[in-house]
Amino acid sequence: MAEMVKLFIDGREVEVEQGSTILEAAKKAGIHIPTLCYHPDLPPTGACGVCVVEIEGSPTPKRSCCTPVAPGMKVTTNSKALREVRKTIVQLLLSDHDVTCPTCPANEKCELQSLANYLGVDMNGLPAILERKPIDETSISIVKDPNKCILCGRCVIVCNELQTVSAITIANRGFEAEVDTFFSQGLGNSPCVNCGQCTVFCPTGALSERSEIDLVWDALLDPDKVVVVQEAPSIRATLGEEFGMEIGTVTVGKMYAALRKLGFDYVFDTNFAADLTIMEEANELVERIKTGKPLPLITSCSPGWIKFMETFFPDLAEHVSTCKSPQQMFGALAKTYFAKEAGIDPSKIVSVSIMPCTAKKFEARRPEMRDSGYQDVDYVLTTREFVRMLKSAGIDLKELPDEKPDELMGMYSGAGTIFGATGGVMEAAVRTAYWMITGKELENLDITAVRGMAGIKEAELDINGLKVKVAVAHGLGNARELLTKVRKQIEETGKSEYAFIEIMACPGGCVGGGGQPKGSTFAMRARRGEGLYKEDKSLPIRRSHENPAIKRVYEKFLGKPGSEVAHRLLHTYYYKRCDQTGCTLEAVTEKHVGHH
Amino acid sequence: MTREEILNKYGKSKDNLLYILHDIQDNNPRHYLTEEDLRAVANWLNLPYSYVHGVATFYSMFSLKPRGKYIIRVCESPTCHLMGSSDVIVELVKTLGIGIGETTKDELFTLELTSCIGVCGVAPAMMINEEVYGNLTPEKVKQIIEEKRRESK
Amino acid sequence: MKIARMHVLLPVDPDTVLAGVMEFQKALLEELRKRNLEEEIKVLETGSIGITGKGILMVVYPEGIYYANLKVTDIPRIVEEHFLKGRPVKDLLLGEVPARFVKKEKVGLTREQKRVVLENVGIIDPENIDDYIAAGGYEALEKVLTSMKPEDVIEEIKKSGLRGRGGAGFPTGIKWESAKKAPGDEKFVICNADEGEPGTFKDRLILEGDPHKLIEGMIIAGYAIGAEKGYIYVRGEYELSIRRLQKAIQDAYSYNILGKNILGTNVNFDLEIKKGAGAYVCGEETALIESLEGKRGQPRNKPPYPVTHGLWMKPTVVNNVETLANVPSIIKNGAEWYRTMGTEKCPGTKVFTILGHVVYPGLIEVEMGTPLRDIIFNYGGGIKDGKRFKAALVGGAAGVFLPESLLSVRMDFDNLKQYSAVLGSGAILVMNEDTCMVDMLFSIIRFFKHESCGQCTPCRIGTYELYALINKVREGEAKEEDLDKMISLSEAMFKSSFCPLGQSLVMPVKSAIENFREDFLAHLDKNYKCEKCRR
Repeated sequence: MAEMVKLFIDGREVEVEQGSTILEAAKKAGIHIPTLCYHPDLPPTGACGVCVVEIEGSPTPKRSCCTPVAPGMKVTTNSKALREVRKTIVQLLLSDHDVTCPTCPANEKCELQSLANYLGVDMNGLPAILERKPIDETSISIVKDPNKCILCGRCVIVCNELQTVSAITIANRGFEAEVDTFFSQGLGNSPCVNCGQCTVFCPTGALSERSEIDLVWDALLDPDKVVVVQEAPSIRATLGEEFGMEIGTVTVGKMYAALRKLGFDYVFDTNFAADLTIMEEANELVERIKTGKPLPLITSCSPGWIKFMETFFPDLAEHVSTCKSPQQMFGALAKTYFAKEAGIDPSKIVSVSIMPCTAKKFEARRPEMRDSGYQDVDYVLTTREFVRMLKSAGIDLKELPDEKPDELMGMYSGAGTIFGATGGVMEAAVRTAYWMITGKELENLDITAVRGMAGIKEAELDINGLKVKVAVAHGLGNARELLTKVRKQIEETGKSEYAFIEIMACPGGCVGGGGQPKGSTFAMRARRGEGLYKEDKSLPIRRSHENPAIKRVYEKFLGKPGSEVAHRLLHTYYYKRCDQTGCTLEAVTEKHVGHH
Repeated sequence: MTREEILNKYGKSKDNLLYILHDIQDNNPRHYLTEEDLRAVANWLNLPYSYVHGVATFYSMFSLKPRGKYIIRVCESPTCHLMGSSDVIVELVKTLGIGIGETTKDELFTLELTSCIGVCGVAPAMMINEEVYGNLTPEKVKQIIEEKRRESK
Repeated sequence: MKIARMHVLLPVDPDTVLAGVMEFQKALLEELRKRNLEEEIKVLETGSIGITGKGILMVVYPEGIYYANLKVTDIPRIVEEHFLKGRPVKDLLLGEVPARFVKKEKVGLTREQKRVVLENVGIIDPENIDDYIAAGGYEALEKVLTSMKPEDVIEEIKKSGLRGRGGAGFPTGIKWESAKKAPGDEKFVICNADEGEPGTFKDRLILEGDPHKLIEGMIIAGYAIGAEKGYIYVRGEYELSIRRLQKAIQDAYSYNILGKNILGTNVNFDLEIKKGAGAYVCGEETALIESLEGKRGQPRNKPPYPVTHGLWMKPTVVNNVETLANVPSIIKNGAEWYRTMGTEKCPGTKVFTILGHVVYPGLIEVEMGTPLRDIIFNYGGGIKDGKRFKAALVGGAAGVFLPESLLSVRMDFDNLKQYSAVLGSGAILVMNEDTCMVDMLFSIIRFFKHESCGQCTPCRIGTYELYALINKVREGEAKEEDLDKMISLSEAMFKSSFCPLGQSLVMPVKSAIENFREDFLAHLDKNYKCEKCRR
């Protein structure tokens, strides 16, 4: 039982656990203290100073985010002096900021902007002193604009401690301090895996995705093109909150309606391709279990994870599933299967995806992702970009009716939809693998052991007598921990305790992806995930192999899982990358028929 | 000494980082740390490259750009300023024909400003590499530069 | 010291090295050898005696005669006239021997200065451990190891009222007690020798002139708190200090004063020197610790304090050089003796650096509470070249500009607080009537802008804003409201900066603009001619 401490905040008595910060105590007492650099999911840095409070007996105010409570402490959170200090801090930040709100990717989500509005700051109070630095556009996925950086330090903590990629650091000292890569070589020449978590935690527009909005508008407004769109599972559980609905509300019908309003010709669904991925991957898992190797099988639908694997764990490449991600499987089929069925010249098809992910922009442009004969996925829009497009077109999601997708590549099962949550791919795969191995259906479809926000989850599954140990990790730091263990096991004993591992680069899984709305806390991610599980439970079909659209595509086009056509279009290979510059070194797996 | 020899003197512990960087820089006639130096140190200590870059760029004594044979560090702190360091700095800029932070074309001199070097008794003062020069005047400074030019031949 | 007829001391420090003391010494030794005087006249290198700007100095004992501005060509005359015939060469003497060097006794210590920390500096050979021992060194250590428990040592330091001499003035005994009480199997003592406060070189004097005193203080500190490892973090630019420290540590090890089983007891203590890399902010104790751990020197949040979570999150005491140098004397002579000097709340002595437009720039050690006027006029000799006093910057760059009306202030931690001033490092920069206060404030702001670590917004951008504003004033582009803006900005920085660096700017900014507003108002006129600000 932790010791409790009593203190007074603005005259109100509050009792909290010893070791709590003043900010946490204030929250408990229902008192709001403005903050800026503070983020509930990261350790406080104390960089901005906005959260300072007066403490009786202390000669200077202290930061409430990182000052622990003491018994009998008397805190004042709001005084004339404190309000002046907070305004001055914001004025300082604005004097060193490229203020271009209307065109800034963080407009209306920017925490500096909302704080300035909340405090009522005179933006011209101090001389402007910004010394412009060049924008880093070396990366396909992420743009770094140092002129908007407030040096809160969140991105550096996320990249180094949460994701353990260490592509960025704080360089130089004092006013020259900036977030930078090794020798300023740019994100595109660093070990950055494009996970985009930095863009989600970044409170301003300093870190954001490379925008493809204009490219998509051009395609939509080009009468010559047939624009097809797919949307990731997470989108339907996230869109609503950007239009004032409760977090975790699933708005799939309105999502289709919105896309049609924007002008997309065919509105499909990535969930269809997720079911497809399950067919191919469960088949792969069954094959490997039968032959005994190479196990564990590791999922491959997270492109941030894939680049991470290629950079830091290329020795485990042969364990990674050869399956493409749902996005890329869809892309390959859109310009072959769909083009054939609809009688459209594939060269006229523009394939767009709406993803909660920045790494998907990189994935779509990997040189081997052209199995259709064209670039399989042309443009990728993050959730953030999609929302901006809707708002700029005056579309209010709440007001739209529920519509249906185009069924050919739009029908999906509950297994497809839970891909968006950590543990979802694992669960979906097991539902089908069970049937593939035993010929019977899995009765209890809710494998709760692999659900939830714990960083590494393990479970031992009983597949009709066959004991299968599985593990799920989300967030690359957790992935590193799990895989280091697996690597050691294999080095020492030749095998690992696990048969199947799911890795998601982002905490929470895709609902917490790098392309999701800025400010997505872990709590919000968990609620979005719950929304997806709710949708799954409500659907009539919850197993990928029971999806009629899936049955059709195999019957009419692919033959069976693992067939030659399936291999050509739906499977891929991986490289080894330099772990300090991210550049490609050599291919480490092969793609040919009958690989396993 | 080669870089490898320097690295081998130190244990593979993060807290040796600053001293390794000092040694490697001192070993380079152009008084700076190269990209390869930082990579080698990062590999030796098993640290991310970005981390080593972040530490090296924090401290004034390290430079990632090649410098001259003689590094001139003029103290710009309040005490030396009171005793006339601005005139000395103006003279140096004139005589050397370079700005602060720059190196002469013949790669002989680099001009830097530094904070208090602890010889305030003879302000205004400067250091050229490890040597201290005090009680400076624009005239004296011209002489010192000429002396160094002759010395370098 | 060997018994010789005459002792000739040559202070060796960066000032005198500059003037050529090493060549002078060689020539002097050569001359003595030629004259067969090497046995009876001993020439000793010593640390700085606190006089600066007077070229090569020489002190001859037993008379206690001071020579200044010597040249190699003076040697034959001095040897002939003074050493052989006993007649000091009058025209080579240090002008009018200033008050601080008038003494009653014929040997060593002066009367008006109370030299505790500097008692050996300028007297003994800092590279000779036997000199230190002969002068009473390591007696305190012996006393501690043989007759005192760690708690007793801490009690004595607490009773003495010793307060940190790095600038913060925190009671040293309480700091040691907290570290002793802190749970942990491994503890550390760190000496902060990163002396970077502009206008301060007192620590350098101690390191160069009496390194063993520091070593003794550290071993006692280690014993008191239960630490077996100590580090001296010396700024990278202090070459001579590092060399002398290395020799002293080496000698201490060979005399079994450092290492395992010190002086035959079961007490262990290892000492290591670590070099800094050029960052003023690393003078702040947590930034120093970060630097020792191989990271960027950015201050940590306090609490927790280093006494519980310091180096590698273990209990650590970080003390300034001068603080530790007080310890041996306090232990040897007792806390009551220490309290006979200084004031009630700030006992003991303080080393002050007097620089700027004074006749005798240099260092002195006097009792805490000595009035500023006395320091500047009695010890410093007043304003040189017949000019008038205008201002004194007290405490360092992070200091306060005091006008003539405040000269009677007594120099200790608490008295200065009344004037919103701080003792800081004990640096006193004296400015004459020709000084432009706008120019001086500019120089201070520029210093902080360069040294800000950049971690927190108020300081990182605030120092740059102040720089932009002071430049507006210098260039005649400012309005009167900009002056008030500077004050309110520095006050906001005081309230919200992460560490004392950003917090301290309010002192020079406010005191300069409030106490010397006329200077600033004059600059608002674009046509006002100022030699310093407008070239």
